[in-house]
Amino acid sequence: MTAAVDAPEQESWFHRNQQRIAPWLFLAPGLLFFMVYVIIPVFQSFNLSLYEWDGLGAAEYVGFRNYEDLYWELYDRDAFYISLKNNLIWLILYLAAIPAGLFIALFLNQTVWGIRLYKSLFFFPFVISQVVVGLVFTWFYDPTFGLLNEFLGFFGLGPLNVLGDERFVTYGIIFAGLWPQTAYCMILYLTGLNAVDPEQIEAGRLDGAKSWRMLWHIILPQLRPATFIAFVVTIIGALRSFDLISIMTQGGPFGSSRVLAYYMFEVALSEYGFRMGYGAAIAVILFLIMLCFIAYFLWSMYREEKGH
Amino acid sequence: MFPKPIEKQPRAAQITYQAMLPLALLLWLGPLLAVALFSVKPAADFTNANYWGMPSSFEGAFNYGQVFFNSDMPRYLLNSFLITVPTVIGAVALSCMTGFALGIYKFKSNLWIFFMFVAGNFVPFQILMVPVRDLTLQLGLYNTKTGLVLFHIAFQTGFCTLFMRNFIRALPFELIEAARVEGISEWRIFWYVVLPLMKPAIAALSVLIFTFIWNDYFWAVVLTQGAESQPVTAGITSFNAQFRAAYQLMSAGSIVAALPPVAMFFLMQKHFIAGLTLGAVK
Repeated sequence: MTAAVDAPEQESWFHRNQQRIAPWLFLAPGLLFFMVYVIIPVFQSFNLSLYEWDGLGAAEYVGFRNYEDLYWELYDRDAFYISLKNNLIWLILYLAAIPAGLFIALFLNQTVWGIRLYKSLFFFPFVISQVVVGLVFTWFYDPTFGLLNEFLGFFGLGPLNVLGDERFVTYGIIFAGLWPQTAYCMILYLTGLNAVDPEQIEAGRLDGAKSWRMLWHIILPQLRPATFIAFVVTIIGALRSFDLISIMTQGGPFGSSRVLAYYMFEVALSEYGFRMGYGAAIAVILFLIMLCFIAYFLWSMYREEKGH
Repeated sequence: MFPKPIEKQPRAAQITYQAMLPLALLLWLGPLLAVALFSVKPAADFTNANYWGMPSSFEGAFNYGQVFFNSDMPRYLLNSFLITVPTVIGAVALSCMTGFALGIYKFKSNLWIFFMFVAGNFVPFQILMVPVRDLTLQLGLYNTKTGLVLFHIAFQTGFCTLFMRNFIRALPFELIEAARVEGISEWRIFWYVVLPLMKPAIAALSVLIFTFIWNDYFWAVVLTQGAESQPVTAGITSFNAQFRAAYQLMSAGSIVAALPPVAMFFLMQKHFIAGLTLGAVK
């Protein structure tokens, strides 16, 4: 008897509060997964960076000693210094993908016969995995038969062992990375160019604006959303550089092409021993660098949300 | 249209443009074409230092046959599929729901939860590496495809939520309000009203995630180690170790490994680009 009375009442409670409860029910599975595998591990890594741990035995609390050691590596211009320096080089040079992508997009933004296929084929490098890009460029740079040295030989130069030379190795890898990244920026700009307001272009033409002025004053401002996304993905890509280094040089020669992402992996999970705590400390540094950019991205998004 | 349409320019400019297109493409894809050329050469060409000349005989069938019938490559490819497809399904399913929750409902922590997904999507993998590897070990899922799939689903949910939420935001809200006035439950609104409208977003995300996961290398190295569970990106290094210095086979292997996402891209091009450039136009 009571059950019969309770049931409709409960249903109506759920019914009344449906719009308040529903979002949490929809969020629950995704949020749970994301918490367990992404958010909590970030904090665990912060914690772990205060310990010394080989991944098997008991972890020993060492306070900030891992960071102190990193400081001394920086001071002695050791592996950490080289990784940090290379990360900076990556960050700066990788941004070249944005103007390069814009350039190719402008080149391809025509309506001649077969242009769609050309656009797809130019985009091609982005679709293949970085592992394959790494292999392709390792052979491209090969001192005995690489296409690069064939080319240099044509002018009586070389041979140049790009990946075997401490002076060139990082630039060589970045160049390989720019290949797919430029393709990505290109496709962003091609989409952006499609949506540029034709009336404004016509107005500009009537005012006699020359190509460069037109690009700078009329086209680029309208491409801002594309530029923003290109900037975000390029920065993230630069700081995530791992695959290419792992495939092309494994950090060599003599560790000269390491970046933080690779150095961390090497310290934590390689044959030189499992130094999980030290690796976590490196990861924290990398995370803090990334956090500056994440904060900037979120702030931009927040302004836009409020603007709506 | 910018730059000025080529058909409105002098004939000479048109011809130059038409001639430059294939040249530029050849230059752009040069390194890749070189690998394609390598993959049809006989082994003898490499011992005779005939790297760049015409293949002395066409050995494409033999080389690719070796890859498919005389190596672990089919195994790796199968693993890649068994990792990629469940991840796509899982991440898209979860993010349809999270995107719906964040796109439709107004509640206090909405924007903060959304930003958490976005921020999590940007963190460097290395800060997750040790705890995730540890968790996977504890669950007994180290060196299994399941372990890799679970992590990928979780991580990709961040990006997918960003995508889905923005897509749902752009749908006409009146539809949902009308359904609510009719007294339709929230679950049925999700299932019968919103989900059918999300088909293009689901298609776009599926091809994107397929490519991302297929091309993942870092997590494959961290969470798996043997041929029984490694995807093709990680497997290709062992493949290359097996065929060291056999450039024709390594080239063929690389091309086989790269092919599925390429095929996916060409088949679903419209969706792929729509997904990738979401937000590039306001």
